Amino acid sequence: MKLEVKGLEYRYSSTDVPVLRDVSIELGESELLGVVGPNGAGKSTLLRCIDRILIPQKGCIMLDGRDIREISRIELARRIGYIPQDSSHVFPATVFDTVLMGRRPHLGWRSSERDTAKVLETLKLLNIEDLAMRDINELSGGQRQKVFIARSLTQEPELLLLDEPTSNLDIRHQLEVMEIVKRVIRERGISAIMAIHDLNLAARYSDRIIMMNGGSIYAEGKPSSVLNAENIRHVYGVEAKLGIHEERPYILPVRVCVNR
Amino acid sequence: MNESKIEEVEKQYRQFIGRKMVFILFSLILTFVIAGIAATLGSYPVTVTEVYSILWHGIPQIITNFDLHFITSHGIDAFFRELFTMKEYIVWELRLPRILLGLLAGIGLAIAGTTMQAILRNPLASPFTLGISAGAGFGATLAIIPGIVVAGGEYFIIANAFVFSLIPTFVIIGLTRYRRATPETMILAGIAMFYIFEGMTTLLRYFAMPKEEAEVFHWLVGTLGKASWDGILPISIIVGVCFPPLVWKSWDLNVMGAGDEVAKSLGVNVERIRVYILLIASLLTAGIICFTGIIGFIGLVAPHICRMIIGGDNRFLIPASGLFGAALLLGADTLARTMVSMVLPVGAVTYFLGGPMFLYLILRRRREYW
Repeated sequence: MKLEVKGLEYRYSSTDVPVLRDVSIELGESELLGVVGPNGAGKSTLLRCIDRILIPQKGCIMLDGRDIREISRIELARRIGYIPQDSSHVFPATVFDTVLMGRRPHLGWRSSERDTAKVLETLKLLNIEDLAMRDINELSGGQRQKVFIARSLTQEPELLLLDEPTSNLDIRHQLEVMEIVKRVIRERGISAIMAIHDLNLAARYSDRIIMMNGGSIYAEGKPSSVLNAENIRHVYGVEAKLGIHEERPYILPVRVCVNR
Repeated sequence: MNESKIEEVEKQYRQFIGRKMVFILFSLILTFVIAGIAATLGSYPVTVTEVYSILWHGIPQIITNFDLHFITSHGIDAFFRELFTMKEYIVWELRLPRILLGLLAGIGLAIAGTTMQAILRNPLASPFTLGISAGAGFGATLAIIPGIVVAGGEYFIIANAFVFSLIPTFVIIGLTRYRRATPETMILAGIAMFYIFEGMTTLLRYFAMPKEEAEVFHWLVGTLGKASWDGILPISIIVGVCFPPLVWKSWDLNVMGAGDEVAKSLGVNVERIRVYILLIASLLTAGIICFTGIIGFIGLVAPHICRMIIGGDNRFLIPASGLFGAALLLGADTLARTMVSMVLPVGAVTYFLGGPMFLYLILRRRREYW
């Protein structure tokens, strides 16, 4: 799988200022790309454009050299999995049935033994078998996040898009979720783009990071080169101290800058 | 250890599906029993076993003596009169149409409600909230009071009710050309249509003669009393045509329950499915209420009760709530005919019996959502 995004521009309505401005990224096989930036920088919008949930006004997105506008929605669903921040269900749905939804792009209106087996396999992979018959709305945020990841994995995509996978999670769940993501990327050779607020998690798990500001890319590269005091001060307006642990930076925010 | 856990989950899942099938079977049997009881009601005494025997033996009789030419020229009534004894005639010609109308209307209204709730992700969605019933009511009123009709002849009220009940849906779908077909837009537009048509109906009734006003009132309360074989045929065609595509898309409806973004990312063309299902569900509702008058509540309540019992998987929920809706409507009609010495309109009975039952279920439910 190879993803190329070129000159992307997106505005929610024609009069608004663009949320994304001339965004270009490339992503290769088995790569985890972290997308960081302050609120409103365009991280979620970028992910939604890549999955064609939103249609950008300018620019193009190529999946293995093909423009995604020429790929049918169903084929796109077989190749790209999207994990939203959190979504609520109005009506009851069991965890099992929710994960089974991931098979939707691969089947007609009936599910087969094979689909059931895939669901069971994924539940086991994420260690959430015990939740199988529970209702999705009764779960904690962390459990629900795992269920959404499970749903995407039964989809068997080549590219995973994760929107804030660790928001609302305690530190244990944060690490669990990130380890799972890292593991499936390695084991299944898939790639992932992850929008994330937590700079320390981004630094620790990303192969590469892009830092966005006001809808465009401000910096791009290895975690150690992108996450420096200068960039953080400029983009977030925050004074930070940085250290190195196991060759990766960690960030300690100190204070808000009064004048950037 | 781990393997046995997986087997355990698989077993639980199969039991879960088994329970749903049992509920569907239960609803089917319940419907049959209520239908049997309903067939015994009336001034001529017929027992439940006699009813089933008459129906069972009547079918081969009808098939062997079937004469399309005679039926088209003399009507089904004359055909049955020729063919059957008095008792058989009463069951086949007088009682069966009412039961079949109850069955078909119950099935149709319940599955229309289920699918509307699913596409709009809203527990309050029903043919009422989308203005379909209000449109039908206005069409009928327009036919009765100023006598403005879209088609002449015997069935002018039905034709008017049918055509006008589809207007709110077309307006809602028309709006989605300018605004995205989100549940919020569609529900708000539906409620606006409801008020517009209710307002116009009230205005017409305000200036009506007492006799016309009484006729409008009778039409608006909804009853199965107008049932005849002439009405059963078109309704069964509409239910028969609309049911398969709704079940066919039940998987997509499940996915849409997880939100538009997730549904899109799982390959569902959300906006198109929403318009498509709304159109079919509206057609289904329109085809029923133009014959029965306005029967509310079944479309709202049947899906909720079934969801509380078997969960939200539309693959099972649609058939289950269809059958349960049929049992509910037939049951309400049976009560309406037996509670007091006179026959009450089922439309009103579904409200005052359904309301308390619904309140009870709301108190009993385990969770804070549907």
